[in-house]
Formats: sequence, structure tokens, C-alpha cells
Amino acid sequence: MDTALLLLADSRLPAGGHAHSGGLEPAVSAGAVRDVAGLAAFLRGRLATSGLVAASLAAAACAHAARDEADGGADGAGWVVLDAEADARTPSPAQRAASRAQGRSLLRAARSTWPHPALAALPGDAHHPVVLGAATAAARGTPRDAASITAYGAVTGPASAAVRLLGLDPLSVHRALADLARAVDAVADEAAAHATGPWRDLPAASAPVLDLYAELHIRADLRLFES
Amino acid sequence: MGANHDHDPYDASPAHGRALRLGIGGPVGSGKTALTAALCRALREEVDLAVVTNDIYTTEDADFLRREAVLADDRITAVRTGACPHTAIRDDISANLDAVEALQERHPGLELIIVESGGDNLTALFSRGLADRQIFVLDVAGGDDVPRKGGLGVAAADLLVVNKTDLAPLVGSDLDLMARDAARVRDGRPVAFTSLRERPGAPEVTAWVRRILREAAAEHAHDHGHGHGHGHGHGHGHGHGHEQGHEHVPAAS
Repeated sequence: MDTALLLLADSRLPAGGHAHSGGLEPAVSAGAVRDVAGLAAFLRGRLATSGLVAASLAAAACAHAARDEADGGADGAGWVVLDAEADARTPSPAQRAASRAQGRSLLRAARSTWPHPALAALPGDAHHPVVLGAATAAARGTPRDAASITAYGAVTGPASAAVRLLGLDPLSVHRALADLARAVDAVADEAAAHATGPWRDLPAASAPVLDLYAELHIRADLRLFES
Repeated sequence: MGANHDHDPYDASPAHGRALRLGIGGPVGSGKTALTAALCRALREEVDLAVVTNDIYTTEDADFLRREAVLADDRITAVRTGACPHTAIRDDISANLDAVEALQERHPGLELIIVESGGDNLTALFSRGLADRQIFVLDVAGGDDVPRKGGLGVAAADLLVVNKTDLAPLVGSDLDLMARDAARVRDGRPVAFTSLRERPGAPEVTAWVRRILREAAAEHAHDHGHGHGHGHGHGHGHGHGHEQGHEHVPAAS
């Protein structure tokens, strides 16, 4: 993986991710995650469901952006359809809003970092995985790279939030992330296999508890993270 | 939304017709929200303004401003910072930029947007990509040695406010010492001593804000007079005499 893609995957990319916990904060509030073992289980579940869905959408978006560029056009209509596929796989309105907010921030960062016709053609409020896929194409990555960066972010974001919320030992948390590496790679492989197929066939694994947490979170009085 | 990679769509300069963005930072409890409220009350009749608050945990600061009715509800936005208030004003300003842009879209005539940070430590500094000017607020009860200790906020803010001067005799803080120490690290940039209890309008700060608004307007007129459409990137939006003090500020680590 080259430096442009490392920059895109880096949590220091100024794209608003630090204010989102990927459902970890409501899981902590509900008592479902209290320690590193609980976090690892949470991450495994998230990776297999919303992680796979997001990685597949990103892979498809990356392939679409590259195809579009080769055709010499900017297919605004195509982006609307792919974004609707993301909407259809995100039943919770709170999660939709969080995904669009992160997409908007990422689009700002990507447009100023890697100018590309696909990024210019994307709607300003596109879903995060769709933007991430297009940004990967702009940074000269493949659909597999897009899937990998997305699946990686699906576990590292909540892990970072857990360190802040629970005061977990960051070394232990990184060990848990390293233990998940093969699973992350496997999800990236599976997602990348869908990159050029029909969008309606993209994975639609659901995580009802994460949907429920997202809705509870947005109504909570005390919260540190947007989602 | 068209292709915008041939110019910077998020120009940090207020000289292009957008609102001047004023950051207000400082430790917890120093009086940032009270100062923000005072500025809103003093300026709202003469300046088209809005506020973004960066609450640490709740929307308490935004709620306070709404309850006090210092501005209409749709001119106050709260941003959540994921337990890292300094990240949201410095390393990753995305959420604040989103809030600022939404306010600007809702109120195209905005002249001033105050971005109030969450209470933070002495090293917190606003990114120049978010704030054109910044105020750092201390209070005398936090200890009269704080200006001597310095820190990026104390040293580099465009205006240092030392608040709650009415408490100085009660907590044994030496205001002259604070003024001398501040002057030593601030390279000539101004310091205002305020007591929102004794002078609720914060006239010292309000006068300074009026001045930076005039400077921004003059710069805008100057740019237009010379036919500059754009091309002034980040860091060019500051008034004459304000650049020198920023040279020793290191990049965010």
C-alpha cells in the first residue's frame, strides 16, 4: 500500500472521524462493553455486519469512480443510485445522519487533498463509505484497497473511542486490533469481490442492536460522541 | 456542487465576503460562555452574528445562550467533540467547519461567527483554518502564575482576556504581576482585564472585536479595489500588525 493510501487510512486525516464512536459509546452506556474482551467482541460483530456492508459499498464506489474516469465523464446519476443503495442498508435515521455527516467531512478533506472528477461529481451529503471509495480511487487505490481501508476504519474508530471512554489500556486495545487483522483482511476480500457486480447484490448484513443503539444515543442527554 | 479543485473552497480569509470567525478558548470555568453572551448582547444590534459552541459533554453552553436569549435559536449551533475539545478546534476542524458553513448558508449576511471551544488546557490553540482571530480567556482565580507558565493559548492568542478581576483580592492574585508576565510572552499583543460581574458588557473586549471587524472590512475593500478575485490562501486574512506574533507558533503536534 503506497503513501497516498496510508494518508487516507490514517486516523489523523482531518475528516471528522474523531467525534464518532461507531456505536461504541451507546454500547458502553448500555453496559455491553466494559473491558478489552467486550470491546473485541463488539468489534468482531461490527466488522461482520456494518463493516462488511460499508467495505462493499466503498469497493463498488471505487470501481465506479475509476470506470467513470476512464469514460471521461462524471456520472452524477450513478452516484445517486449507489448512495441510495447505502441508504437502503442503513435503516436507522441516526446512523444515516452520522454517515452523511462523516461523508461530508471526508469529501471536504479528499477534495482538497486528491482532486478528482469523481469527488467533484459526488453529492455533498453522500454516505461515508461511498465517499471513501471515491477518495480511494482519487488516491490511485483499487477497490480492494477501498474495502481494506473501510474495514480497517470500521474497527479502529470504535477502538479509539473505547480508549477515551473507558480508559482502557491502549496497548491491550492495539493487541486486540492486531488479533482482528486476519478477520479485517477477510472482510476486505469478500467486499472487494462485489466491487464490479450489480449494486443491488451488494451485501446487506444487518446489526439490529447497533441500529437500536444509534437511535438511543441520539436521544441521550449525556454523550461525548456524535454517534 | 461543481468541480472545485482548482481553488480552495474553504478559504480561511474573511476578505472574500464571508463572516469573520472569532475563536474563544480557555480553561474550564474561566468565563468563555459568559464572555460570548456579553459579546452577543453588546454587538447583536450592529453586527450580523452567530455562535458555534463546542460543549464537552452536553449542549449546556448552547442551552445557556438560548435560555439567556442572547441570539435567536437558529443562530446558535452546538458541536460534539468526542472527548477531545482541542482536536475539534485544531487538528480536525471538520465538525466546526460544517457548523460554520451551515450557519453561513442559513444567514448569508453573517459578518461574525464566534466559535467557543470546550474548556481545555493552556496549549489549546485554534487552527487558522477555522478561526481568523482568537481570544484566550483566563481567570484570576486559576492562579496568577498562569501567564508566567505561558502555553500556546496564553502566548499566541490575538487577545488575552484575564477575567473575574473582582475576585483578585479574595484569591490573592496579583493583577500587575499577571500583566507583566503576559506582556513578556505575548510580544506586544493586547491583554484585557475584565470583570463581567462589575462590567457586564465587557467593554474592553467589545471594543477590540469592533476593531478587528473594521480591519476585516477594510481588508475586504482593499482586496476589491485591487481586483483580487481570490488567491489569498490560508494565513493571509490577518490584519496588518497581526502576523508577526504567529511566527513562533509551532505546528500542531
